[in-house]
Amino acid sequence: MSAEREHGATSPVKPTVSVVSAPKETQVTTTEPVSQVRQFLNARGSGLIADRSFAALMLACACSIFLIVLFIFWILIKNSHLSLNAFGWKFFVREAWDPVSGDFGALPFIYGTLATSLLALAMAVPLALGVAIFLTELCPRPLRAPISFLSELLAAIPSVVYGLWAVFVLVPLMRDTLGPFLVKTFGWTKLFDGPNFGVGILTASIILAIMILPIISSITRDIMKAVPNSQREAVLALGATRWEMIRIGVLRNSRIGIVGAIMLGLGRALGETMAVTMVIGNHPDISKSLFAPGYTLASVIANEFSEATGDLYYSSLIEIGLALFLVTIVVNAIARLMVWAVTRGAPSRIS
Amino acid sequence: MSTQPLQSQSLGDPRKPSRVNILRRSISDHIVTGLAILATILVLAPLAAILFYLVYKGASSLNLAFFTHIPAPVGEEGGGMANAIVGSGIILALASLMGIPVGIAAGVYLAEFGSGTFLGNAVRFTADVLNGVPSIVMGIAIYSLIVKPHPPYSAFAGGVALAIMMVPTVTRTTEEMLVTVPHAVREAALGLGVPKWRTVLSVSLRTASPGIITGCMLAFARVAGETAPLLFTAFGNQFWSLRLDQPIAALPLQIYVYAISPYDEWHRLAWAGSLVLIALIMVSVTLVRIFANRGVLKGGS
Repeated sequence: MSAEREHGATSPVKPTVSVVSAPKETQVTTTEPVSQVRQFLNARGSGLIADRSFAALMLACACSIFLIVLFIFWILIKNSHLSLNAFGWKFFVREAWDPVSGDFGALPFIYGTLATSLLALAMAVPLALGVAIFLTELCPRPLRAPISFLSELLAAIPSVVYGLWAVFVLVPLMRDTLGPFLVKTFGWTKLFDGPNFGVGILTASIILAIMILPIISSITRDIMKAVPNSQREAVLALGATRWEMIRIGVLRNSRIGIVGAIMLGLGRALGETMAVTMVIGNHPDISKSLFAPGYTLASVIANEFSEATGDLYYSSLIEIGLALFLVTIVVNAIARLMVWAVTRGAPSRIS
Repeated sequence: MSTQPLQSQSLGDPRKPSRVNILRRSISDHIVTGLAILATILVLAPLAAILFYLVYKGASSLNLAFFTHIPAPVGEEGGGMANAIVGSGIILALASLMGIPVGIAAGVYLAEFGSGTFLGNAVRFTADVLNGVPSIVMGIAIYSLIVKPHPPYSAFAGGVALAIMMVPTVTRTTEEMLVTVPHAVREAALGLGVPKWRTVLSVSLRTASPGIITGCMLAFARVAGETAPLLFTAFGNQFWSLRLDQPIAALPLQIYVYAISPYDEWHRLAWAGSLVLIALIMVSVTLVRIFANRGVLKGGS
């Protein structure tokens, strides 16, 4: 360093010296503290390859979700082609289900699935809306957390435990208490004709309603929370009562999202298997009475799949699975889009 | 703009609100409040009933033999579900091993690489849709893929079916948790010259880890009670079996078989099994709540 300074005394060399000395100086001053980090980084080499391969790995995992859906679709189509060829689209409007003579049609199961799901929705939606309104607008603050925790616990109970409870508690209740009461009160509607065994479409709908309630109410609650408080305040400032505030300020703003939540519940109800299988009676018959035993798409698969002898029988059951898959995908897709439309772009939630 | 005519009208004609109208409105307000409270009680009633029955019927038949013995033949007293508990553990471990890494990686992609892109949105949407696919359909798809070409029924097939069901839940919660990690933390790491992959693994994922663990536990709790996908994959077994390529017993399957059987002794075991299953799930869900409530994330922002 001192030698350089001496050289620098002569004026013509000065600029070159300063250029030379600058990198030298930085090198000298920075060798001690940086060297370890720099050495470490140099030893590591460029992170480009590692970065790119990491990103590619993550992308592959993300795309595996696509692959799973596509693959389920493909394998169901492939395995049901026998029945697709044999019956075509008529499969879904035929009433026959006769494994012995190899005559298959899905209409009784479609009827059972629709009847139980819609009845369950009719029971669950008002209750779920009530719970959501209570939790977001009316509930005193200390009660809010425990009640929402309990209603989420309902969602955590496995389907087979609901089924067990339904078989031993709901079915006797239906047979001995609720059923006769319904016949006496609403017998004139002809909906409750025929013998009441306790198992049947109505019992299955009740257990389904209990199962889809927490889904609908928790999503509705999220959507109602996303409504900005200024909306509520504006309506209240106009002199509205609390119910008018909820109706005008909250429900009207979140109606698309609520419809989406209901459809998500519908999607769950359509595919629910175990609890329904245990209480619906498992009889492929279309009957107007709600006491009559029925059969759903999911429960016919659960009951008959492992004993399906013969390729046509097997592929008919797979085709029922395919129908269930497509219907639930469409219902879920519409529902998700509706929920997204409401919650995306909403202001940050106030909890 | 629209308030102008309204204002002039009210100024010109100062209407007093009629008493009947006020009464009607406040009555409807009270009725709706009452209905909402009634709905909440009606919803919580079945939960209370189910839990009461489970404890009432299940606790009386829980004993040591339940946890140490395999099922007894029909007509014999005693017997337990030891093989089913172990079998459930094996299937769930397999499912977690396969499902959780894929789910977390997909979540990392959504939050760190693909946020805002078309592909990212499409993956997110597909994950949500996959979440709604009925479990029984998953069961028959895995049956057609694994069990049909390579019989017999196997624990491995059951694990694959449950793993696929875990992926969407884990993906979505991982993504949601990573999005809440403040950008400053990432930028600090990148500014020190740490490569991106290292930043994601050691900074983003570690900051969000309580939330991600929560998501994994929720997915675990959800598939722990699944019966339908195991019907045609794991199939169930009355005896001890630890092999992955053989049919294996599982707690939910055993409960289903016992619940629809005509024997009182088996019904008793079904209640006890349900109590054990519910206890397992509730413990994990409660742990999740505790984790989520004192998450590191709260201090992060």
